[in-house]
Amino acid sequence: MKRQPNKIEHQIIADWIGQGASVLDLGCGDGELLVRLIAEKQVRAQGIELSEQEIHRCVARGLSVFQEDIDTGLSEYADKSFDYVVLNQTFQQVKKPDFVLKEALRVGRKTIVGFPNFVHISARFQLFFKGKVPVTPSLPYEWYNTPNLHFLSIADFIEYCKKRKIQIEHTAFITKKKKMRFFPNLFGEIGLFLLSKQPETS
Amino acid sequence: MTPKSALARYPILWRRKTISTLENPLKHAETRHFTFAHPPNELILESGEKLGPITLAYETYGELNKQKSNVILVLHALSGDAHAAGKAPIGWWDNMIGPGKGLDTNKYFMICSNVIGGCRGSTGPSSTNPKTGQPYGLDFPIVTIGDMVNAQRHLIDSLGIEKLLSVIGGSMGGMQVLQWMVAYPDRMRSAIPIATTMKHTPQQIAFNEVGRQAIMADPKWKKGRYYGSAIPAKGLAVARMIGHVTYMSDVSMAAKFGRRFRADKEPCKFGADFEVEGYLRYRGDNFVKRFDANSYLYITKAIDYFNILNGKRLGEIFRGLEAKVLVIAFKSDWLYPAYQSQEIVKACKLAGVDTTYCEVNSTYGHDAFLLEIEEEADLVKHFLNTVSNGGG
Repeated sequence: MKRQPNKIEHQIIADWIGQGASVLDLGCGDGELLVRLIAEKQVRAQGIELSEQEIHRCVARGLSVFQEDIDTGLSEYADKSFDYVVLNQTFQQVKKPDFVLKEALRVGRKTIVGFPNFVHISARFQLFFKGKVPVTPSLPYEWYNTPNLHFLSIADFIEYCKKRKIQIEHTAFITKKKKMRFFPNLFGEIGLFLLSKQPETS
Repeated sequence: MTPKSALARYPILWRRKTISTLENPLKHAETRHFTFAHPPNELILESGEKLGPITLAYETYGELNKQKSNVILVLHALSGDAHAAGKAPIGWWDNMIGPGKGLDTNKYFMICSNVIGGCRGSTGPSSTNPKTGQPYGLDFPIVTIGDMVNAQRHLIDSLGIEKLLSVIGGSMGGMQVLQWMVAYPDRMRSAIPIATTMKHTPQQIAFNEVGRQAIMADPKWKKGRYYGSAIPAKGLAVARMIGHVTYMSDVSMAAKFGRRFRADKEPCKFGADFEVEGYLRYRGDNFVKRFDANSYLYITKAIDYFNILNGKRLGEIFRGLEAKVLVIAFKSDWLYPAYQSQEIVKACKLAGVDTTYCEVNSTYGHDAFLLEIEEEADLVKHFLNTVSNGGG
């Protein structure tokens, strides 16, 4: 079960990724993003995905994928094995987002994280006035069938990066399938972040 | 019990999942023989002993293209042979090899070679020892998976094939794939090890040892010198029965037999009452008609000795391998559990090898690589497409 990806998300990610880079997509689904990155940026692509059905789709598209649970980590990869590690729309679905992001930042020179903003205005409206768990275009699930395990806001994530000393190099916010910048924590449905590990000061 | 009545009794045995109902107009489906290593140029085995001349039985399917770039080497498991595809008798991977199938004979040229140590047309313990004019028996040297692959390489060389499009095999065939990846990394563009392992665990060795003991405990075995007299049929049949138990799963056996009794229960005590007993006895009795007991000893020993790591670190073994790799495991396979395939994947990752891994959902147990064809063929077909298009 995966939310239909927003093409604009993929476009922003493709814009951030350099020509000929190596990319590891964690939770790559049917491989749509990787196929686009190969076509547009000639990247060296590797996907990781848990679902056997999605693995078949990826293989049919000519992608290299591992059927694995990203919650168990990326221990076989040395530091900086990839130019980019992507966690698009899977970050809020893993059991241990803190651990998974730490691993992503270790294995990738840069990490791209994309997630739905839980405090988007329509979500706030549904919570406050209707007293119901929000269902929005970026959070299209009911409480009983959502694959999302963690609910966070854009502000939460920025604060988290500060706390973990993660450098935010670029941000992009999306609402109604368009990029926007105005009060993203209130009006942004999706937040995308290009991150890197802050060099450790000894 | 005639084979025919057994067929009727266990129809599920013969139920095969096929993805194509096309007839199989395979060319060159007859078994061919390649002989090399004539004295004094015998093949030097890993043990240091010499063996020659050596004959390998092999079959080919599909057509070799002009550039000789569409060749796929198909490697068989413990009891397999060169007859991988075709009817009458049905090939052991006939549901995988043919027009439009996972290994598509319209596009690729498959070579399936029997292994040395075997008894299906290749040199093994039942072959005549040129020094004595008698069958080798236990004078046959110990052969390894490495020796089997080395012999196959001679066959590939003799056919003038520089680079294989792929090497593919399950179980012991998968071990040969791993051996190819390590021994001749430049001779292939891709590799597909299925339901296999980099080395046997004590549990896997134990099952093989019980099989070997069954053969050697048969008084007719006579330290391997039974050729020309009665064969150790009972011992070999028991070995095969044990093997079959390990190839199935709890779920597949329950589905196949339940606790059902056979229709024609034998009146004696301890006859084959349950269907599962009848099945195992039938499988065992049938096996001895086509397989040599000494070959069973030699080949299971080769499997047990196999250790692709050979003292090296996991990250080193596939270093520099440029071939693309597809690793396939099956969920209910408890003989070669998925974690062993994941170790192969781990070694590929550490070496930076371009790899795909899929754990196919199946209830067939280890037999899944022969039976869960739809999913397996889908992966193999698309993977080979990517390899032959040079993409990835």
